[in-house]
Amino acid sequence: MRRGPSWFNIASVGLGLAFLYLPIVLLVAYSFNAGRLVTVWSGFSTRWYAALIEDEEMRDAAWITLRVGLISASAATVLGTLAAVGLVRGGLFRGRLLFAGMIYAPLVMPEVIMGLSLLLLFVALGQARGFWTLTAAHTTFTLCYVAVVVQARLVDFDRSLEEAAQDLGCPPWRTFLTVTLPNIAPAVAAGWMLAFTLSLDDLVVASFTSGPGATTLPMRIYSQVRLGVSPEINAVCTLLIGAVALGVALWGLVGRARTRAPV
Amino acid sequence: MGHRSWLAAIPPYAWLLVFFLFPFVLVAKLSVSHTVLAIPPYAPTLDLSRGAAGVRDFIGGLSGDTYRRLGQDHLYLAAYLSSLKVAAISTALLLLVGYPMAYGMARASPRSRTLLLMAVILPFWTSFLIRVYAWIAILKPEGLLNLVLSWLHFGPVEILNTPTAVYIGVVYSYLPFMVLPLYAALEKLDPTLLEAAADLGATPWRAFWRVTFPLSRPGVAAGSLLCFIPIVGEFVIPDLLGGPQSLMIGRTIWTEFFANRDWPSASAVAIVLLATLTLPILAYQHQQARALEGRR
Repeated sequence: MRRGPSWFNIASVGLGLAFLYLPIVLLVAYSFNAGRLVTVWSGFSTRWYAALIEDEEMRDAAWITLRVGLISASAATVLGTLAAVGLVRGGLFRGRLLFAGMIYAPLVMPEVIMGLSLLLLFVALGQARGFWTLTAAHTTFTLCYVAVVVQARLVDFDRSLEEAAQDLGCPPWRTFLTVTLPNIAPAVAAGWMLAFTLSLDDLVVASFTSGPGATTLPMRIYSQVRLGVSPEINAVCTLLIGAVALGVALWGLVGRARTRAPV
Repeated sequence: MGHRSWLAAIPPYAWLLVFFLFPFVLVAKLSVSHTVLAIPPYAPTLDLSRGAAGVRDFIGGLSGDTYRRLGQDHLYLAAYLSSLKVAAISTALLLLVGYPMAYGMARASPRSRTLLLMAVILPFWTSFLIRVYAWIAILKPEGLLNLVLSWLHFGPVEILNTPTAVYIGVVYSYLPFMVLPLYAALEKLDPTLLEAAADLGATPWRAFWRVTFPLSRPGVAAGSLLCFIPIVGEFVIPDLLGGPQSLMIGRTIWTEFFANRDWPSASAVAIVLLATLTLPILAYQHQQARALEGRR
């Protein structure tokens, strides 16, 4: 569109972004409030962060969340990338329709249903709920996001490069490792990051599939939020937002790779 | 990679069969079971170690009671209807807020476009729970909104624990999901089409409705489905912002399951919800597959 943006365009984007960012900015600002009230500013202080470091339950929860995120995101990246290769390069194999359905459905499936069904699976298997059931559950729904992100990249990727390698006698798995994988690497990395953040953020599926010994950070935050707003929660949230912002910024600096939104 | 690339699909296929499809069979099975005071809290359980007798007992024990109860209890029906209503209204609001935003982004210079895109994606990476929590501090009676209103000499408003708070929370949380597909569709729009329309005497308003909007329809469809389906089953937002009387189906499942420990009812509610959402989910898959084919 050649004509520049009108005042209406600028206003709608500006207001939209303000709407998206204002609550987050306020939340971060009040995590540095000296007082206990979240609405009355009574001076700058980092006391809530100090309180956080003392809070052993929060520390444990953070450690569990991190471990679940790392393991499930890695597993989901492997499975999701394989799924994308199968979908894009596999032709019309038997059962492809069901497979594609199982990849897309979790993207929009209400989390409550995902959580409930996975819990019933673990009960039926006689598997006590805890760290590993939670990790498996997170792997299941995040692998679909990875598959969609990688798939978008594979569709755009020039297939003749792979064919050239094969014509020159390269076996399929080596073609994949030396030609395909380096080309789709940015999407695979983006998929991993997406899977990791989704795992970090998840409350509903975790509440169904986790056990007594494996309370995650969102579960801990949720149980405290139900009791009311407190500056300590603002502090945890600020740290989480900071971690995500840092990750995304690093990503932008290092890669400048074209990450695709998962839609 | 040759014709055997489909082999790559085997591990994820097997994983999804076990962890995604099979659990739904279990939900369906449990929805026709009885509630009992035991662990697990339902009967009958399938005992394969007893062979054919076990299977016979199991099938004999199934019943449609939970569904009958679901039909009779108006609370369930009310929860379904209110979930669908909230999702429909929210999706309309999201289109209303998201469309001008995506349109404005698509008209920005290529450099600022990349920045704006990042700015919309960034909140999408931060936790849902945190974003909803942020609104509690703003909307509560002694919260920031009322603070600002009292400066402006307006009376206090009560928003937290009302449907309005749920709508604010939903629109806020799902806005990136709506803006991104819309932007993807609008960005591809050929500007010469609008010039042609103008040359032929169309007013900008008419050109928008006759050219821009029809061409952005795939984005509208993708964004709407991507928002509508999860909103119907939303739990966190109505639970934290809607107050105790907010009635939504995702919350009903949660309460039946965790508070009432009525697993069969929770499963039956989930099955009916899934049946309601089958059509939109299939539409979404169809839409995604078509979008991907188009790029091939």
